[in-house]
Amino acid sequence: MNIQEALEIVSQTNSGMVRSHNEDSVIYDASRGLVVLADGMGGYNAGEVASGIAVSVLSTEIKHSLESMRRDGKNDSGVEIGVELLRENVQKANASIYNAAQSQPQYAGMGTTIVVGLFYDNRVAVAHVGDSRMYRLRGASFETITRDHSLLQEQIDGGMISKEDARLSKNKNLVTRAVGIDAEVAAEVNVYEVQIGDIYLLCSDGLNDMVEDEDIGSTLQMLQANLPLAANQLIEMANDNGGRDNVSVILVKVNGDFAAPRGWLAELLSWFRN
Amino acid sequence: MAAKLILSMDGVVLHEYTLNKERMTVGRKPHNDIAIDNLAVSGEHAAIVTILNDSFLEDLDSTNGVMVNGVQIKKHFLQNNDVIEIGKYKLKYMNEQHGQATAADFEKTMVLRAPVKTPQANVPQAKAPGAGGDALMKTQVNLPPVPPAYEATGKFEAVKLQAAVARPVAASASAQPAAPAPAQPAAAAPPLAAVQILSGPNAGRELELVKNLTTLGKPGVQVAVLTRRPHGYFITHVEGASYPTLNGKALDEHQHPLNDHDIIELAGIKMEFYFKS
Repeated sequence: MNIQEALEIVSQTNSGMVRSHNEDSVIYDASRGLVVLADGMGGYNAGEVASGIAVSVLSTEIKHSLESMRRDGKNDSGVEIGVELLRENVQKANASIYNAAQSQPQYAGMGTTIVVGLFYDNRVAVAHVGDSRMYRLRGASFETITRDHSLLQEQIDGGMISKEDARLSKNKNLVTRAVGIDAEVAAEVNVYEVQIGDIYLLCSDGLNDMVEDEDIGSTLQMLQANLPLAANQLIEMANDNGGRDNVSVILVKVNGDFAAPRGWLAELLSWFRN
Repeated sequence: MAAKLILSMDGVVLHEYTLNKERMTVGRKPHNDIAIDNLAVSGEHAAIVTILNDSFLEDLDSTNGVMVNGVQIKKHFLQNNDVIEIGKYKLKYMNEQHGQATAADFEKTMVLRAPVKTPQANVPQAKAPGAGGDALMKTQVNLPPVPPAYEATGKFEAVKLQAAVARPVAASASAQPAAPAPAQPAAAAPPLAAVQILSGPNAGRELELVKNLTTLGKPGVQVAVLTRRPHGYFITHVEGASYPTLNGKALDEHQHPLNDHDIIELAGIKMEFYFKS
């Protein structure tokens, strides 16, 4: 099955109940199995600019890279390619934002969090910077795949504060990494095997700060037959709970197998290598 | 705004301390930041570690211990209006941001980074010293009115409810102990409602709508979801070739409000929605 048929993707973004601007940006490219969500930060409209640059650079650059790879026939070597692609292109997005911020005073200091998923060959490479998240619903288990780059997460990891207490913290809004703030950025990239029936959720903190993980999970579980409704429901829940931040979601449901085609020659060669 | 501790004994305020250092100590000896000259107080009795907007209290193996709100603690994450007891002395923890349970959530995200090239003027919020690097603030904080707790209005009109949500409950909130600020604030919930099945093998059964979402129907055939929202209950089609009907009229893909005694028909089963109170 090609990737476009194998994956069902929906996205939705909303400025919330309090903010006048929406500084989140989302984009997806179903034919390439790419999903990108960014939550921008910066004065006036700089946050929107930063997140907008991030998603457009990532989607166009990854598209180009994938096309040139196909021409070279180098696309079947597996995991490292996805990791490499994401790492390089997050770096490119970082450079674009950083340079814009350096050259235009009104954009000084702008930046963005980002979470990117690239689905290929029955797996997904996930890159993230900051506190935008990816979750996975698999069967009855709903879990976070990314770990926030935030002060609070560091405090939890360091045992300074329990997960329960973390909900009471007033330091939720401090991220320790962001795209575009410095000349270089270290994206965290991991690769996961994908199973048919999995649902992946990418979201900005406007969702998980307003809605408990448990409620997010049960909503996906109950509404998985209707992905657009599930996305809508998540945003509505965040807004019903106060909607204090912009809220964005991308949902990816795996409906079929999308193993990369492997020619008889490649099969044969791999035999000999063993 | 930095948090404060108000020292009192027998209801008489003795002193006010601003938590403006990463670590402040309480004890009998004069070198403590909060020195209490009383024999029931150990030389170094307790410490308060403040990281930006959060403060943590720790008992430094004192002889007589530390109580917070009447409970003995070793380590405690301080919340607005907590009362720390050391011997006969009381220290009340005041953090304006905590009083407005969710103020900090309104602040836009900031990045923490080690070397700061920007002048200090750009760092209005995070002046907490030694918090592992200064916070570079990307935006001026522009605090909208803060809803610390949502009034349970029980009103059904969306417009009114939104107004309630946006209104800070200033007077009552400051008097009450800090409500925990979970991810999900106590949004006004509508009164309890239920669905009673009117036909089919389960006729007569009643289903109370105690959760935010309740799905009805047969997966793969026809499913609808009933959502409980602050301003009422709604029905939405989830899956199936045909749509459920509401009072005899077929629904579309949109959400529809439910009124008392509405009749829903779904996968050949009739049911009635009604409020329990």
